[in-house]
Amino acid sequence: MRSKLRLLALVVIVAVVLYPLFWMIGTSFKSPTEITSNIGLIPTEFTPGNFTEGWHKFDVLFGRFFVNSAMVAILTVIGNTLSCLLAAYALGRLRFRGRGVWFAIMIGTLLLPGHVLIIPQYILFRTLGWVGGEFPYLPLLVPHFLATEAFFVFLMVQFMRGIPRELDEAAVIDGASPYGVFRHVVLPLSRPALVTTAIFSFIWTWNDFFRQLVYLSDLKDYTAPVALTLFIDSTSESSVGPMFAMSLLSLVPVFLFFVAFQRLLVEGINTSGLKG
Amino acid sequence: MAQMPVRPTAPVPPVPAAHRRGRVARRRGREDLAGYVFLSPWLLGLLGITAIPMLISLYLSFTDYSPLIPVTESNWVGLENYRRMFTADPQYWHAVRVTVTFALVAVPLKLAAALGVAMLLNKAMRGISAFRGLFYLPSLLGGSVAVAIVWRSMFNADGAVNSFLSLFGIKGQAWVNDPTWALPTLMLLAIWQFGAPMVIFLAGLKQVPIELYEAASVDGASAWRKFAHITLPMLSPVIFFNLVLETIHGFQGFTSAFVLSNGTGGPVDSTLMYTLRLYNAGFVELNMGYASAMAWVFLLVVGAITVVLFSTGRFWVHYSDSEEK
Repeated sequence: MRSKLRLLALVVIVAVVLYPLFWMIGTSFKSPTEITSNIGLIPTEFTPGNFTEGWHKFDVLFGRFFVNSAMVAILTVIGNTLSCLLAAYALGRLRFRGRGVWFAIMIGTLLLPGHVLIIPQYILFRTLGWVGGEFPYLPLLVPHFLATEAFFVFLMVQFMRGIPRELDEAAVIDGASPYGVFRHVVLPLSRPALVTTAIFSFIWTWNDFFRQLVYLSDLKDYTAPVALTLFIDSTSESSVGPMFAMSLLSLVPVFLFFVAFQRLLVEGINTSGLKG
Repeated sequence: MAQMPVRPTAPVPPVPAAHRRGRVARRRGREDLAGYVFLSPWLLGLLGITAIPMLISLYLSFTDYSPLIPVTESNWVGLENYRRMFTADPQYWHAVRVTVTFALVAVPLKLAAALGVAMLLNKAMRGISAFRGLFYLPSLLGGSVAVAIVWRSMFNADGAVNSFLSLFGIKGQAWVNDPTWALPTLMLLAIWQFGAPMVIFLAGLKQVPIELYEAASVDGASAWRKFAHITLPMLSPVIFFNLVLETIHGFQGFTSAFVLSNGTGGPVDSTLMYTLRLYNAGFVELNMGYASAMAWVFLLVVGAITVVLFSTGRFWVHYSDSEEK
């Protein structure tokens, strides 16, 4: 009896929690007249019209925004995994003068709110001619190639500390340099941490808005989240359907990651702060 | 957590001391070099992307800098930006109030929801990992512009929320356009993402020894007493962890406030989160000196809150031996 009640409670909560997402899917397929008349979950008639309309809504095809988003996300993934891996190896495995201080500073930057830095960074990147330049994504990407996302450095340090030191020592006895140990011991064994970093880098960058809003000013350079806000400006009723359709499309990549890596996503990152 | 490197000091007998010292020194030198080689991208980022910009923004906070003019032509105004912020900008204090209210209400409710659902899930049951995944999904999607857009429509005059309320004969309003209800709508979006702290609570609940509950049952303790005297104390390190994380996170909410209010922080500034005010000061009003001052105050306040949380943590966070780091 008690367990039945518990299950019932959970099912009700899940239904409430997921309702907005289902409502979003349903609304995306409703015709403009149905959006105002039928507020329920399921459209009486499924129409793909919102998707084609949203796709062509602006002077630039919406697909372009998705390509831009994907490019920024993929390059961020590469930058984050590479640079954080190098920093984590130094901070987590090597013994060198000053390591303790650098490690403490890295922990300090973990809690540093990104909004504090946005203005001086903007000025810096503008002075360098990167804002609105030839490749306007430089201000979004370069910080990630310099391991500024301390969270991932921390994640990998924690992971690398779990790799048995005896492996390093055996390699050193066999004549391996610190670079050899990195290449042949730590790198191959760090794959799980790299995968976690890559997936979360992708999702967070894909969802990121603040920085992209600040740095992207030309419509053709917009990423999907910045482009979505254009729909809000046009307040006419007719744009609700296309707005929902494009919003829904923009969530698909993250949802696919969720389906493919559910276990890793749910367990991998949230408990990493507790262990070790 | 920050350990100093362990240095080999006690010599191991078989190797002659002098010989060994030479080898250790050579190896140490090599590791010193390698350490800084591997650390160089991070060091460059720390200096160029974090530390120097921070110092620049400290300087700018004492100037009237605007991106319309070169940095060299901006004027030193002393503490004027800070004076204006604290005494002559009602919108600033309004933003502080909105942000603090948001954090004080949304964070505890989010954690309560997370703990409640985690306790419901913390029983051996079929489908538990599916439930856990579904509850977690909003945390993954919720920070996006797309979900904020849906939220905005849901809480509109003719949105899904009002159609649900009309089933009970309640006539709802345009929640996002009402100065009283816009902020609660924003809070609800944050609370909706309770999945991430829930997963952490669930991991913590699994660590509580079952014997404690059994012993309490033998003594005839009620469910409430078990919760108050076993679950809460045993879980306090995890509650603390979540509280710190979510509070810092809550202070920085930007995307949802921006989308729900179309960038204005309205209606009547009711959703003007601190970061939104900062964005508007810097990138809309182009008053970057003033915005830099706001950013520095923000940094100091968030830092102070973190310190306060950590220092009060001593009084209510219990680390049992097995969980101590």
